[in-house]
Amino acid sequence: MIAAFFERLNEVHGLNFSIFYDAFDRSRFLTGLWTTTYICVVSILASLAIGLLGVWIAGGNSRLGRALVRAYVQFFRNTPPLVQLSFFYFAVGGLLPTISDGFGGQSPLVSGTGWAIIAFSLFAGAFNVEIFRAGIEAVPETMVEAAESLGYTRFQLWRQIMLPLAFRICLPALNNNLVNLVKTTTLAYAIGVPELLYAASQIWSEVFNVREMMNVLLVVYVLLVAVLVWVMHRWERAMRIPGYMP
Amino acid sequence: MKTAATDLPVLKPFRALPIAPSGLAAPVLLSTGLVAGVAVVFAASLAVAQVTGPVSRDGAVTILLRWAPLIFQGFLFNLLISVLSMALGTAAGVLFGIGQVSPSAVLRQPSWAATQFFRNAPWLVLLFYAMFLLPFELRLGPVTIAFPAWVKAIIGLALPVAANVSEIVRGGIRSIPSGQWESAEALAFTRRQTMWMIILPQAVKRMLPPWMNLYAILTMATTLISVVGIQDGLTITRAALVAESRPELMLPMYLLLLLMFFAYCYPIARLTMALERRFNVKG
Repeated sequence: MIAAFFERLNEVHGLNFSIFYDAFDRSRFLTGLWTTTYICVVSILASLAIGLLGVWIAGGNSRLGRALVRAYVQFFRNTPPLVQLSFFYFAVGGLLPTISDGFGGQSPLVSGTGWAIIAFSLFAGAFNVEIFRAGIEAVPETMVEAAESLGYTRFQLWRQIMLPLAFRICLPALNNNLVNLVKTTTLAYAIGVPELLYAASQIWSEVFNVREMMNVLLVVYVLLVAVLVWVMHRWERAMRIPGYMP
Repeated sequence: MKTAATDLPVLKPFRALPIAPSGLAAPVLLSTGLVAGVAVVFAASLAVAQVTGPVSRDGAVTILLRWAPLIFQGFLFNLLISVLSMALGTAAGVLFGIGQVSPSAVLRQPSWAATQFFRNAPWLVLLFYAMFLLPFELRLGPVTIAFPAWVKAIIGLALPVAANVSEIVRGGIRSIPSGQWESAEALAFTRRQTMWMIILPQAVKRMLPPWMNLYAILTMATTLISVVGIQDGLTITRAALVAESRPELMLPMYLLLLLMFFAYCYPIARLTMALERRFNVKG
């Protein structure tokens, strides 16, 4: 029914939404959507882990560790993500050995998708370190002192007192950064990862429906971001401590 | 007096181990240390390239020096694009931002919708949008205005900038205590007068740091124009690598470009942080 509607739309009005009636285009588009979702989810999780690890080291006693985290954060925050991605994919990826794929050919050790995930995780992770730090600094000092006087170790203090509070404080900023990460995944287009933008550009260069695909693309991305924002808001509300307003 | 052996934490001798200040906010910047660290990585990659390269041909340093001016020119073009789209985006964004706090729903809702839409769409998609869907020239009667690719790129980058500026302006205006509005009203200021003479002058101070932050983000995003086929720093770096076809040069070449952006954006980030600290009274 939907297919028939869009086929008619194409014949009568010349609006060619080929992904809705052409099985091949649809499967390409859905593969792109899946790849984008996959990159997003893995990068979000990895960047959160990087952020936590970074802020743990940055708050630690090791001078070297602190300096390294600071250098990492400033470097990744102040250089273009596209150049970072190119750097990882072409420069670092070019130096790594290739492995035999079993059919007599050689395939790289880390695929384009892999490099995209690594680059985006490091990029967003740098911002996450800063966001978590801001959250941890906002935890009232008296709270920390109280815990210390109760004999909490540093790990217990972090796990049971500081992180739960800091996390609630920095959720809005985190939300913003993760939305940004979803939008940044389009850059993977530049290294030929078959994600949504890449799939769309393939379709519009074959079917010549640039305008229609472009609009579909915009709407799909806005929807993707809307889903993320909705989930984060739900989570924010679920985690709210009644009566505690940081 | 000797403390008796005990397993009660309260009775144990207290060792003050303060939570180390998270180094990231330390005002003493490691700027020197950080810049030195980045420079060392760059020098190391260059040295490795110099040593591992073929002996019979030019060394890595020679090649890098040969291409550096051209890459720098490309980088300057990135900066030009960033300044122009920031100007365009700010002009549009301020209008949208003021529209977002307008009392009239006819102005407020479309401004809000446009802001949310362009803020949540990926920059690269918006850039594609502008590149492919704007005409290459516009005929207004006898006058023909040409839209070369770089002008379209500026418009494409200005769209998300405008949306972000709009949010910054809205946040800035909203952050002014409502008492200011009320006292202005009590003094018989019109709404426009209140906005221009009372609210905006105060809000500008608060909007400046996020605005500069946005500019740094935009500068980094200008490399996106290489994806849509405009010659910028990244395109030239790639072309140089293709022309030399020396794989060991890839690390130093890309690092050189990264360093250029870093040298430009890092001071902006520092300045932003300094301004934030100055304008922010921590309660």
